[in-house]
Amino acid sequence: MSSSTQSASSVANAARRGSPLSRRLLIGFGWLFFTLFLLLPLLIVVSQGLKMGVGTFFDAILEPDALSALKLTIIAVVISVPLNVVFGVSAAWCVSKYSFRGKSILVTLIDLPFSVSPVIAGLVYVLMFGAQGFFGPWLQDHDIQIVFALPGIVLATIFVTVPFVARELIPLMQEQGTQEEEAARLLGANGWQMFWHVTVPNIKWGLIYGVVLCTARAMGEFGAVSVVSGHIRGVTNTLPLHVEILYNEYNHVAAFAVATLLLIMALFILLLKQWSESRINRLRASAAEE
Amino acid sequence: MSRRISPVIPGFGLTLGYTLVYLSLIVLIPLAAMFVHAAQLTWDQFWAIITAPRVLAALQLSFGTAFVAAIINGVIGTVLAWVLVRYTFPGRKVIDAMIDLPFALPTAVAGIALTALYAPNGWIGQFANDLGFKIAYTPMGITLALTFVTLPFVVRTVQPVLADIPREIEEAAACLGAKPLQVFRYILVPALLPAWLTGFALAFARGVGEYGSVIFIAGNMPFKTEILPLLIMVKLDQYDYTGATAIGVMMLVVSFILLLIINLIQRRIEKP
Amino acid sequence: MSLRRYALAALASAIFAGSAVAKDYELLNVSYDPTRELYQDYNTEFTNFWKASHPGDNVKIQQSHGGSGKQARGVVDGLRADVVTLALAGDIDEIAKLNKGSLPENWQTRLPDASTPYTSTIVFLVRKGNPKGIKDWGDLTKDGVSVITPNPKTSGGARWNFLAAYAYGLKANGGDEEKAKEYVKTLFKHVPVLDTGARGSTITFVNNGQGDVLLAWENEAFLALKEDGGTDKFDIVVPSLSILAEPPVAVVDKNAEKKGNTEIAKAYLEHLYSPAGQEIAAKNFYRPRDAAVAAKYAQQFPKLELVTIDKDFGGWKTAQPKFFNDGGVFDQIYQAQ
Repeated sequence: MSSSTQSASSVANAARRGSPLSRRLLIGFGWLFFTLFLLLPLLIVVSQGLKMGVGTFFDAILEPDALSALKLTIIAVVISVPLNVVFGVSAAWCVSKYSFRGKSILVTLIDLPFSVSPVIAGLVYVLMFGAQGFFGPWLQDHDIQIVFALPGIVLATIFVTVPFVARELIPLMQEQGTQEEEAARLLGANGWQMFWHVTVPNIKWGLIYGVVLCTARAMGEFGAVSVVSGHIRGVTNTLPLHVEILYNEYNHVAAFAVATLLLIMALFILLLKQWSESRINRLRASAAEE
Repeated sequence: MSRRISPVIPGFGLTLGYTLVYLSLIVLIPLAAMFVHAAQLTWDQFWAIITAPRVLAALQLSFGTAFVAAIINGVIGTVLAWVLVRYTFPGRKVIDAMIDLPFALPTAVAGIALTALYAPNGWIGQFANDLGFKIAYTPMGITLALTFVTLPFVVRTVQPVLADIPREIEEAAACLGAKPLQVFRYILVPALLPAWLTGFALAFARGVGEYGSVIFIAGNMPFKTEILPLLIMVKLDQYDYTGATAIGVMMLVVSFILLLIINLIQRRIEKP
Repeated sequence: MSLRRYALAALASAIFAGSAVAKDYELLNVSYDPTRELYQDYNTEFTNFWKASHPGDNVKIQQSHGGSGKQARGVVDGLRADVVTLALAGDIDEIAKLNKGSLPENWQTRLPDASTPYTSTIVFLVRKGNPKGIKDWGDLTKDGVSVITPNPKTSGGARWNFLAAYAYGLKANGGDEEKAKEYVKTLFKHVPVLDTGARGSTITFVNNGQGDVLLAWENEAFLALKEDGGTDKFDIVVPSLSILAEPPVAVVDKNAEKKGNTEIAKAYLEHLYSPAGQEIAAKNFYRPRDAAVAAKYAQQFPKLELVTIDKDFGGWKTAQPKFFNDGGVFDQIYQAQ
């Protein structure tokens, strides 16, 4: 998409077409929109976070409640992302390598969490595992706590991030087809060997891309987690919930300081994404050349 | 389970089985639990809940603002995709990368940042205030938040398709005397439409359900700036579980229909 | 790298704080929005108090805050609160009703003063110098005045606000209920933002500059003044009449028993009534029940006519369905306008 030959030809092309005015206008619009709509929110987060100086900023993000929120967010990500990776690979495998009846319904169901309101994602777990829910009495008898504790937060996070890895892998694996795997099988590889030595290297970058998206969403989820968290300070608050709490505590500066931390994490994720995306494009380009 | 493409490749049963079990445990059974809970209601009761004036107002607001936001993104997103694909200019890579920022940024952070910008005493809000209108705490603020959150969708669906259109076709058309508008109408629109619709539907579906970024900026006034997901929360906090699940079921049905539409569009793209 | 060392130390302390020894007490206090500062102070006081008589114990008190209704709903759904300290008795009644066996229906009789160790009232917070000249409830419905209050459906504080306004409407109109409804209806037409919780409203008013007057808990209004620069930006206006807001506390027996916290949970609430506990309440701008402490802080709390929920509204068991349930007075006056 962004290979140098293309951009060179686009320059030549634009010159040929000779409409510098509309070109400039459109680029100007792109910049203006970018500045007003994407850059300004960034700047306000950072500037509000640093309003009282760097010392206050670090106090806010190193305070025990913030650290335990960070810890919880990381735990939720570390549990939910690998589970969704295994699911994503498995779902992409059966959807892209075989054809069977009901496939399009399966694909729709995989996508479903994406368009379900996060609030509903939280609500359904309360209806299942809350004290008044279907399994509530049984869970209470066995002293198992799911909602308002780590399991509930992880479940809600998994729910909202289910589609991401699968969604990235399905088109990639469909494009690649099945010849390489078939060849491996015919050369005597068993299923796992074929998977590890042929499939995984082929989908590696798509997988990383999916993981990056999944991590971004898992780290930032608010609505679903808010329903099942219980908001116990230092115990069941994730970072985004901690931002809300600080915001509600007149602690404007601290709220934006923690928001800045999340922002930095988001920018880091964008970098990773950009990197994995460029690798995918390079692979595609070289595949096309072959 | 008929017609496998390739009988040589193993793992169909394993992967399909695992996919179905996982999906059922995480997504389908919990969602079914909501339907079961809502099934305590008779049809009339259910209908009464989802057509109560306050719910209808929230419905109209959620779908209305999500629709407007998706339209805005449909236009601006296409322009951005065009600029990013067709032109090289300083900073193109930065803008290209940052398009995904609303996706990577936690929605709560987006919510407080946008509120700080557009509240009547905020960086931008004060100018609007001087001009005599408010952005935050109005449907406009909600639309703005939704536009921000759903920005990547149209750009990211249109961008690759646009990049794949061979420029020779447009040039040929231009050489044959087609005016730019005709090129747009007869070459670009048909090629981009399916992708555009997909992006639009994704943005719309996401916008209807969005919660985190909106509640900070909405003002949350019943009948005026109360979105559907918030209304579910409000109902829950009033111990009205059936009311909350009824609205949840309605939203779920709508999102499922939207997704089916998206997938139908995509299938049409795959089999032209 | 002192910063890094600081970070490591903080991280380490966070980790060690999390992994406590088995004999320790972990008490969860589920409370409503404006009590964060109060219970932060009180938890320190109580921990010291408990350690004085139980030197071997370690006490860790966890706090959870949110809108009163939301918090009650959490406990109903299984949030394992040992004690609840909510904005109004109605919310604890709901816990008793919906989460069977969690605490007895007569929970309110188990502690003095109907289980409300401190009280508050509803006052007005206005912009510095009171530019709109707001002195009493009647001024709130004047043209051009915009009023910030949270949503009575979800916020406990907002229900007290609503009832205080309603009481004024009754008094101003010689007890005519229709006219009182008319008054609150007009009042709510002056509300541009209806947050879900008391804190949300305060943020809207204080940080985001919305509205001319905030209907607030007295403690919340004092807190806004205490914030840096608050006294330069806001004034408190005490209306002619308000309501005695009585936030109740209760042990959630089922949870406390299960966690072996029954004894300490009871002590936690009882100690609120001690002079030390009352002092902390007063310092956090809650009106103490204890006469001696109240006298000491008399300066801080202006005297005004106060109606009460039990005498004037027949208690929450009557007021909740009449005013705030679906189809109640609030719904009637707050239709699409």
